[in-house]
Amino acid sequence: MNQAIRRVWIALVLLFVICFGGLSYIQFFAAEQLAGNSLNKRQLYREFDLPRGAILVDGKPIAESVPTEDGQFTYQRTYNEPEAYAHLTGFYSLANMSTHLESELNGWLTGNDSDLLFDRLSAMFTGNSSEGASVELTIDDRLQQAAFAMLPDDVMGSIIVTEVKTGNILAMASKPSFDPNDLSVHSTKLANENLKALTEVRGLSPYINPAIGNRFNPGSSFKILDLVVGLESGEYDLDTAIANPNEVNIAGARISNFAEGRCSTRTEASLRWITANSCNTPFALMTEKLGNTPFEDVAERFGFNQQLSIPLSVINSQFPPNMDAGQLAQGSIGGFDNQATPLQMNMVAMGIANGGVIMQPNLIKKVIAPDLRVIEEPQPKEFSTATTEEIADQVAELMKEPVQNGTAVRAQVPGVDLRAKTGTANYDVNEEGHGRTVNSWITGFAPGNDPEVAITVALQRVDYNTHSRVAVDLMKQMTEAVFNQ
Amino acid sequence: MSELQTAPVPRRNFELLLLVLALGVGFAAFYLVGSATDEVDHTDFIVEMSILSGLALLLHVLLRIFAKYSDPVILPITVALNSLGLAMIHRIDLSRSTEQSFRQLIWTGIAMLIAAVVLWALRDHRNLRRFTYIALLVSILLLLLPMIPKLGVTINGARIWVRVAGFSLQPGELAKITLSIFFAGYLSSNRDLILMAGRKFGPMQFPRMRDMAPMVIAWLVSIGVLVVQRDLGSSILFFGLFIVMIYVATARISWVVIGLLMVVVGGLFAATTMSHVTRRLNTWINAFDPEVYHAQGGSMQIVEGLFGMADGGLVGTGLGNGSPYRVPLANSDMIIASFGEELGLIGLAAILMLFLLLVTRGMRAALGSRDTFGKLLATGLSFTLALQCLVIVGGVTRLIPLTGLATPFMAAGGSSLLANWIIVALLLLISHNSRRPMSGSVGPTDEVATPGAASTKAVKTK
Repeated sequence: MNQAIRRVWIALVLLFVICFGGLSYIQFFAAEQLAGNSLNKRQLYREFDLPRGAILVDGKPIAESVPTEDGQFTYQRTYNEPEAYAHLTGFYSLANMSTHLESELNGWLTGNDSDLLFDRLSAMFTGNSSEGASVELTIDDRLQQAAFAMLPDDVMGSIIVTEVKTGNILAMASKPSFDPNDLSVHSTKLANENLKALTEVRGLSPYINPAIGNRFNPGSSFKILDLVVGLESGEYDLDTAIANPNEVNIAGARISNFAEGRCSTRTEASLRWITANSCNTPFALMTEKLGNTPFEDVAERFGFNQQLSIPLSVINSQFPPNMDAGQLAQGSIGGFDNQATPLQMNMVAMGIANGGVIMQPNLIKKVIAPDLRVIEEPQPKEFSTATTEEIADQVAELMKEPVQNGTAVRAQVPGVDLRAKTGTANYDVNEEGHGRTVNSWITGFAPGNDPEVAITVALQRVDYNTHSRVAVDLMKQMTEAVFNQ
Repeated sequence: MSELQTAPVPRRNFELLLLVLALGVGFAAFYLVGSATDEVDHTDFIVEMSILSGLALLLHVLLRIFAKYSDPVILPITVALNSLGLAMIHRIDLSRSTEQSFRQLIWTGIAMLIAAVVLWALRDHRNLRRFTYIALLVSILLLLLPMIPKLGVTINGARIWVRVAGFSLQPGELAKITLSIFFAGYLSSNRDLILMAGRKFGPMQFPRMRDMAPMVIAWLVSIGVLVVQRDLGSSILFFGLFIVMIYVATARISWVVIGLLMVVVGGLFAATTMSHVTRRLNTWINAFDPEVYHAQGGSMQIVEGLFGMADGGLVGTGLGNGSPYRVPLANSDMIIASFGEELGLIGLAAILMLFLLLVTRGMRAALGSRDTFGKLLATGLSFTLALQCLVIVGGVTRLIPLTGLATPFMAAGGSSLLANWIIVALLLLISHNSRRPMSGSVGPTDEVATPGAASTKAVKTK
């Protein structure tokens, strides 16, 4: 009998050893794999219980973690200027992940970035909970608020202001916007209800920042690039009169000048006059004369077809390669599949303003550790050399024309030498409930003699009849705001 | 395991020393919980630990009086496990704003007092043998209680609870004791008969059909528990208990073979015909499938437990620093995962070692016991403790499907505490009986063969 008892005991010991093996597997050998499992939200939970760094503008937090007593987590992410900054900060949600800067800057904000290793170690030894770093943006709060306020509530549009010499983004505002506080609530149910309500707003996605995440036909604002192509070819100059027929037919594509404009008054004109009045046919003829290569080349140098991180990721604007002659003619006036983000057209203005050199657009001024040490301060860097200084200067001179005598005269601000180019691209001849809708653009820079800022206004799918002048008017208001008038 | 030829020594002072150590572990655990969670008011834990210490000392004193030769390790291990469990339940309370630890403390108190009463009133485990068939009757009653309308309640799909005066009780927990008593009594009386008769079939001797009857009844009871009460854990526990006790009584491996075959048959039957068993198997095998994870009653609990333990890693997050409360039932069914997260692999291994040590001391009492009934009862009770622990650890580590068995002495739940403390009291009594000096005055002895056999064995091992 004792033999049997001993055997039972040995069997039990063996089973305990197997259990110990199972525990070792889970807690040691497979621990990392389990931590990386997509169902595992423990890292996220931990984040929600730690003080997350703030996102600062002019030293003031626009997003910060505030202690809460909701019983679920220790901190509640709170947005202080929710709507004006929603498309920059994004939201910080347990249920629907985080977006935009909350997502891109997560390493710094949580303190998990390798630059904060020392802080983490010391927190471990002192027993303090580790704090994340704060990130100060390049945004100028006054301009951001002004841009957001001036955008009409009923349009889908973005305004971007950048410093041409550094690439720093001073304002990047879009409408329609939302309140990220609604999406950052800890209750999954409430967060999902709020998210669902937002999906019903026309043109709004809390996952897309329209200024860098939407691309659409740039219309005539793309002619800035055509001017670079033409002048680089040496076949064009500012003052020689070139053909400006009312309509051309390029490989079956009918391109005509805008019937309501002044282009039809001259069959031959200089680039100055053509630029001022935004005539189409001379550029269509230019594509016939010069072919695809220089257009593709210039588009690429200005940033088309390229990935960009500011550090939000910007979707690439597209200038399709190997278009046929008709498509190229349409593409040259910002049609066909030629699509640009508002930031792309702002970069075009930046390049012309800065002697052909585009500075990398950037949102981050500095990263500040919990002990106020500055651990990262991005320096301005070049994105590309888009063209020569000489060509850039000539195009800058041409961009004076629309404001002085052409399509953008309403944007004139007394005492400020604004250079700009407008663009209007058909979106739909009869969009349901909105009539004829267009994408309406203006991009430019000021002051002309020593450019400081590039300003871009891009409105999507606005009613042509009622809103065709809104973009130019916003350009004027934004210019006034920048130059304190 | 050495044999009992050494001169009997009470060793109660050694027990007191270990008890102080065990209570020290409890105090340390409560202190860590308090400091990690910034709990300002320490009165709760001081009160809890003081009550526990008082009761532990009471049991210690009772042992000095009534069972002074009992095993000195059993009580301290039990107290250590119980206080660790209390500390963890208290810790989960703090995160969840629940009041479970107070209830658990009351139940611990009741359980320890009843254990004291058992020590005091029973004196000698052999008195239980008189109640062999009454124990069977009581077992059946206990198992049937939850089925009585209005008295029984269904919680988490299992109808194993009765609600009396606001207290929920799991009578099945007590049935594992009464069934052990019945089987020990029945087998110690009938083992000769079972041993003698039988047909040889190859190397194994198989029992007669009529001697199979109790085994078949046991099997039917287990299946009945599974089908009617939907309690997979208890079903496994009961059947394991029967197989082991019959095996120990007869020393014939054929019983184990037959038993395992019955498990296979019963298991296949359950897996294919009973939806809740099928679902549980699916939950076990496809635990990481997002669909299974998110399903109602899906694998979320076990997977979160695994994540928690992985999070704890080798050394754990420290008591009070992890987030075990994210796992459903973190203070009862999943308390092993909570310990795994906060004490790490090392801490959990230590807890497992405590259980193994406790079981070993129980088996040692069985080895030393001078009567068949005591041997069988001690083996059965120790095995019950071991199997509960193995099934739950196997469950949370996903070695086997997770079942709702309570981790002895740790998991929140009154009935389980009560039953396991009574088991400890019985093991203490049996160990006292096996270790005390031989003398003419030791009550009725029903068997002479065993002590003789044990001593020849001991001579051999020397």
